[in-house]
This record gives sequence, C-alpha cells and structure tokens, in this order.
Amino acid sequence: MDRRDFLKNLGLLVSSGGIVGGLSAEAWALIINKDYDTSKHNYGMGIDVDKCIGCGRCMQACKTENDVPDEPFFFRTWVERYVIKNDKSVSVKTIGMGPEESADLIVEKDILRSFFVPKLCNQCDHPPCVQVCPVGATFKTADGVILMDTKRCVGCRYCIQACPYGARYLHPVTHVADKCTFCYHRLVKGLLPACVEVCPKQARVFGDMKSIASPLGRFTRMNKTHVLKAGMNTDPKVYYANLDGEVN
Amino acid sequence: MGNFLKKLPEQAVRIIVLFIALAVVLFVVRQFILPPSLKDPVLQKASATEREAAKEIKYGGAQICTGCHEKVHDVKAKGYHRDLTCESCHGAAQKHTENPTEIKPSIPKKRDYCGYCHTYNSSRPTGFPQINPDTHNPRKPCITCHNPHNPAPPKAPGSCSACHAQIERTKAASYHALVACTVCHTTPEKHKTSPRTVIPSKPDKREFCGKCHDKSSSSSKGLPKVDMETHGEKYVCWQCHYPHMLGGL
Repeated sequence: MDRRDFLKNLGLLVSSGGIVGGLSAEAWALIINKDYDTSKHNYGMGIDVDKCIGCGRCMQACKTENDVPDEPFFFRTWVERYVIKNDKSVSVKTIGMGPEESADLIVEKDILRSFFVPKLCNQCDHPPCVQVCPVGATFKTADGVILMDTKRCVGCRYCIQACPYGARYLHPVTHVADKCTFCYHRLVKGLLPACVEVCPKQARVFGDMKSIASPLGRFTRMNKTHVLKAGMNTDPKVYYANLDGEVN
Repeated sequence: MGNFLKKLPEQAVRIIVLFIALAVVLFVVRQFILPPSLKDPVLQKASATEREAAKEIKYGGAQICTGCHEKVHDVKAKGYHRDLTCESCHGAAQKHTENPTEIKPSIPKKRDYCGYCHTYNSSRPTGFPQINPDTHNPRKPCITCHNPHNPAPPKAPGSCSACHAQIERTKAASYHALVACTVCHTTPEKHKTSPRTVIPSKPDKREFCGKCHDKSSSSSKGLPKVDMETHGEKYVCWQCHYPHMLGGL
C-alpha cells in the first residue's frame, strides 16, 4: 500500500464513520417513558430487621431479575446473619440460598442475641462511588437512584473500593462494575423492586420519599429508624428499623 | 502566497499538510463519529438511564396473577400466607403472563422448599413458625398435610414448641425446664387456631413468682426462696431474672 492508497482508505473510513455517527444521533431519545417523570420521585427503602427471617428469597429474586451469575459469590443484595455471644463477640456471615444453609438446629447456650440484616446499595444522596469514578460512568438520577453506564465503565474498581457498604462488585461476565439499581427498569413501569416483591414477611418496604402516602413514608413515621454508617455523611436512603448497634 | 509556499522546503510542506489532515480528522471524529452521549454528560446519563429502563422484567408483580387465578387468590387472602406474593414460591412469572399456555411457572413440591423459611434457625424472630425437619414428620412432603395457599395445620398444634421453638429451646436449658408453659401462661384453647387474636396471659405481678419462690410459700424445699418483702423492693422479678433462661444470667 503506497501513501496515496492509505490516504484514500483513510478518507473513506472517516466519511463512512461520519454517516454512521450522524444516523445514530437520532436514536438518542431523552425521554425514558412518557408517563414517567423522574423529577417527581425520590426513591428509598425501609428494612425492618425484626421481620427478616433470613430465607434468602430476596437474594434469589435479585439474581433472577438482574442476571447476576449464581456463581461465583456475587450479590446486588445479600443477607447477613449476626450472632452475638455472651462474651459480646460478634460473628457476621452472609447467608447462602440453599435450604441446608438456613438449618441451624444446634442451640448454642451462649448466644446473647441473633438476627438477620438484609443489605443492598444504600443509594446515597452523597455517593462516594460517583465522586471517585474517573470516567463518569456512575451517576445519580433525578429520582435518586445511582446507576451505572456499563458502556463507559472501564472496570478500574475505584468505586468498588470507595463504597463504604461493599455494595459493588465487578461483574464476572461483563467485567464492569455492577450494583443494585433498585430494579430501575421495574420502577419506571410502576412495579416494585424484585426483592421487595418476593419478601414473604414484608421486611423490605419500598417507596417514594416525595409522597407522604407511600409505604416508605409510613415506615419512617411509624418506626425509629437508623441508617448504616451515618457518620460518613453519605446520606443513605435505605432506612433500618430495629437495627442493632453492632451492625455497621 | 505561492511564492511563500515555493520558498518552503518540501519536508516542511509535508509536515504542514500532515498536521492539517490530522486536525481535519480530529474535527470529523469529534463532530460526527463519536456518539453525542460520549461528549455530553447529560446525554450520556440519559442514554444510560434509558438502557437501564429498557431491561427485561422477569417478575410480573403482585397484582397480575389475580386476573386469572382468582380462586387461589381468594383462598390465599384468608390464610397465613396472605402477605406472600405468588412469585415468592412460584418464581419469576412475567413470561407466563405473556404466554400462559406454553410457559409455566415452577411449583415447588419438595420438602426443602418450605424449609427456606420454616426450618428452625436461632436467628429467626420469635413466634415465626419453625420446625425441626429431622423430627417433624421426617421425609413426608409438607403438602400432604399443609395446603401451601392456606397453610393452617390440619389439627391444632399439640405443643407450644410447634410455634415457640426458640423459647422452648431456651427454656429446655434453664432451671425452669420442667415447668410447663401453661403453669405461668393461661392459654385459651382458641389460641391454637387464632394465635394472633387470642393471646395467652403473662404474669404481671411479683406475687406470681412468689407463689413458688417466697420463703413463706409451701412449695418444695429445694427451690430457691427469698423474702419477697425485702428482695428486689419495688421491681418486678423479670426485670432481673429472665424466666425462660434462669441460670443463663
């Protein structure tokens, strides 16, 4: 290939790219759903620790709904089992999803108290993960959900390290950071997140904080609530009722 | 101008042409090839949000099943499983709602499935019905006795531990192990069938414990006895002693 051919080819490449780029620009629609106004919502979740029975259905539903691989051990939402012994030592273990995992027939006499704590992305109002992203691939929507632009993420894992709640992981298939989205694709259609949908004890309550009549409004009025790691000024939007002081 | 170009050495002209070409390429790439969402953060967020919102729904939601399965819904609405959505047990069923004849949701019939929620676990909240799968009709599928849509047991529970396993197990390791629940809690028969509306009594006076533990009481000699007049003063006994876990303090 001489220089003339090279320049000719380059010209062709550039002009064809121009056409493709020009066409796809039309496809960028700004409106997600005509009936849905993002500015009218601000989503949050309430979790009643006393109601959780640790059945793991939320974890299963989340994996199904959001195509999170069953193996290896990655979750968008997970449930931790806290066991506090009489000597005040605390053990925390993420429960599995199988029936043998839930069995616990041995009564340890030295258990002081024990409970399950469901966890997920706290959809912080001041999200540290958004601050650290070097390419702007993660952002907060107008309705208060932290989303990922999977096409822009370069998989550097800064956000995974920055999240104080351990809510992010590197997706083993796409190799970009992945996280709970409150099932955003369900919200815009007026459905509840999958974990809230399947929870048999209504330990998870979902709602809009801009609406006083939403289940979450009632939850935050009727319960004394707490958020995780309040001192980090992340302003989480997952509110826990009956939370033990050992949980962080 | 022409003179000026002619005066320039040939290699300088080539470099200038190259730089102009590069500038043009850069301009074209930036203006036409890069999708707008890569240049403007607002557009980028919008397109990412749009992609997120367009993802496929797998769980149909709590409302949709009632349309066809009205009878099951009515049965379920009266039973203890009224707060469960159908998909809690039957799995994601959005596809079933789109193609009801060919795609069927799962029907968990095995014993382990009920165990996800109902196997005894010391971290589960007190009062939640739990069983020991090794002793509770071993190997028998749950659905032979319990209708999952209305899981009330066919006969009233024979013992308190059927529901209050956590208290029963704690008590079994305490000094009160041989004291039956009904000694302290008067339990109406109806509590077995309507556990939340008909509630057993709880001792509310310190004199209740005094019936056995006061030094003047006629109970057997081995029991720990105190002078109720002076011991503990104004406090009720269970502020210091947990009756289900004596000796564990």
